[in-house]
Amino acid sequence: MTAIDPTAHLTAEQIEELGRELDAIRDEVISSRGEKDAAYIRKVISAQRKLELVSRGILLFSIFPPAWLIGTAGLSVAKIMDNMEIGHNILHGQWDWMRDPKIHSTTWDWDHVSPAEQWKHSHNELHHTYTNVIGKDNDLGYGIMRVDEDQRWHPFHLGQPLWNFINACFFEYGIAAYDLELGKNLDKRRRKDPEFRARARAVGRKIRKQVLKDYVIHPLLSGPSFLTTLAATFTANLVRNIWSHSVIMCGHFPEGVQVFERRSIKGETRGQWYLRQMMGSANISGSKAMHFMTGNLSHQIEHHLFPDLPSNRYAEVAVKVRALFEKYELKYVTGPLPKQVYSAWHKVLRLSLPNRKPKVTTPDREQELVAA
Amino acid sequence: MTSAALRSRAWKLLEMLTTPLLPSDYLDLVSPLRAGADLRGRIEDVHPETGDAATIVIRPGRGWRGHTAGQYVRIGVDVDGVRLWRAYSVTSPTDRRDGRITITVKAIPDGKVSNHLVRRAKPGTLIQLDQATGDFVLPEAKPAKVLYLTAGSGITPVMGMLRDIEFDDVVMVHSAPQPHDVIFRKDLHDLVVDKKLRLTELHTDTDGMLDIARINELVPDWAERETWACGPAGLLDAAEEHWTEHGVPERLHTERFRPSIVVAGDGGKVTFGTTGKTVDADGATPLLDVGEEAGVLMPSGCRMGICFGCVTPLTAGAVRDLRTGEITEAEPGVLIQTCVSAAAGPCDIER
Ligand code: FES
Repeated sequence: MTAIDPTAHLTAEQIEELGRELDAIRDEVISSRGEKDAAYIRKVISAQRKLELVSRGILLFSIFPPAWLIGTAGLSVAKIMDNMEIGHNILHGQWDWMRDPKIHSTTWDWDHVSPAEQWKHSHNELHHTYTNVIGKDNDLGYGIMRVDEDQRWHPFHLGQPLWNFINACFFEYGIAAYDLELGKNLDKRRRKDPEFRARARAVGRKIRKQVLKDYVIHPLLSGPSFLTTLAATFTANLVRNIWSHSVIMCGHFPEGVQVFERRSIKGETRGQWYLRQMMGSANISGSKAMHFMTGNLSHQIEHHLFPDLPSNRYAEVAVKVRALFEKYELKYVTGPLPKQVYSAWHKVLRLSLPNRKPKVTTPDREQELVAA
Repeated sequence: MTSAALRSRAWKLLEMLTTPLLPSDYLDLVSPLRAGADLRGRIEDVHPETGDAATIVIRPGRGWRGHTAGQYVRIGVDVDGVRLWRAYSVTSPTDRRDGRITITVKAIPDGKVSNHLVRRAKPGTLIQLDQATGDFVLPEAKPAKVLYLTAGSGITPVMGMLRDIEFDDVVMVHSAPQPHDVIFRKDLHDLVVDKKLRLTELHTDTDGMLDIARINELVPDWAERETWACGPAGLLDAAEEHWTEHGVPERLHTERFRPSIVVAGDGGKVTFGTTGKTVDADGATPLLDVGEEAGVLMPSGCRMGICFGCVTPLTAGAVRDLRTGEITEAEPGVLIQTCVSAAAGPCDIER
């Protein structure tokens, strides 16, 4: 919520025109979706499965250091592929158009402790609809961090660099807790709510299965390599967690990304919704491999504009979207991974300390923030 | 412990190893046709029959339970990346030694699947299969005299029968626009030469449509024959009427190919199958709103087409995507986003 609105130079007319131009980009991809795209996701899924199988096979001999290294690296990549390019995107419905019941948002489950159903609700529905609206989009700081100078500071925020680091290491558990809205649901009355209990049980079941697989059964199968395999799966989960956390932080945290007040989305038009997605997201620049490993979330801006387009098309969409940014004189926030990660962490650190109130504030906005 | 119990224990253990996937997800990578897998088939050969018809040779998976002559099979084919299901008669005999089956497909104008199969399908492609089904089959006791009354691609289930069982006295009346449009023409003529079939071939481009009353003159003893008829609805309707009029309706067996063409309109009657509510909808109101207004509990989320929190099976009819204008027709397994879809003619929603 910067003092200066970077979209102030646009008229209502222009914003709607921008919306129409974005709709046209979307339609073009949809009408050209086909066999090649289907082949792409099938290939990625099959490659991921083979990589995981081979890596786990090698880890049976993880007592030998080279086997440990190769197996752990392979498993880390396989887990990243599962969560990012495959899981995140399928659960968004990006591949529902293929009508393949095995690659469908309603049937897919991922290597993650948060059950797909719950994640779809908090991510697809809340985060993607209310992107960067303080008080509505809990992805902003995951409810544990202060992400904007306008948010009221509390001594609790002093620890946020640490919270953020812990969250990065155990990211999948953080997400599961977040999807459960654990913080809010821990109070006595809510804890007893049958709906919450059912969801908590589902998470419990998922955690049990995941933990059993990674930390009991596979190590046991490795016999004498029990301990080294245990260490390997732990490492792979850690790598996957830190990686996804970093990528996701780059999506909405770096400097230059806007957040919005609740009041501002009342009666939002399609054009305004698009504009909010454009101003509320940031990209990561890099090679093809880089885009792949982030599940194309490096094209976060494009993903937020069109969350249901197949991920393999974001790169071509990005060229057109960027041209629109230029045409409408808007700032396209992007940069290489290290720079974006640094920028996001810097913000976390900066906002852990109290700041002077920004000069331009309206009474309305302040009220809004108290409510948030 | 019995061996079955042991096996199920072992399977449970395997499932723990692969969670959240299933062991079969990995096995499918190497052996999609194995026993116990979802039923699939592999296209092994495609050979043309006429200018617009081709026979597809399919190796079914190990779970295939075989078919009875005259039955059809539903297949799921990926056309332009989208899985579409259609039913085709099995045209191979039941005892084919190599275990393969054939279907014979005629490309119909604008037919997505039929044109794909006839003109673009490649050997090696995997397709989805259902078990064979349908009661357009021969009886267990051999009838003394048989009549096959067919037209166009209605020949396909009958060809499956002809190839399967020999009868002593078989007559066939088959119509097609021109000689070169007759699917299996050579096979039929070979049977005639071998005296296994008496054939009347009618060419409708020159002779006009078959008037069912002519059956008296073409096959004088038609009423004594056990008859299997397959072809366009007009022919079947006329045959049913004729056989009933002459008091022998039980001798006639018909097979109708379900017309797959839905005419997309603008708005229509929307039926919510589970709750049994039916309401009128215009072509501009999202079905989510239509349902909610009618008091049906509809799942929803963003209400703007991005979260997929509102997907619901479309069981009949067609809907229009309000953003792109794209039409989606009901097929098994088709789900629609109700918040951005409107009725394009009458349709049924599972809610
Ligand atoms: S309610 Fe979100 S896609 Fe329909």
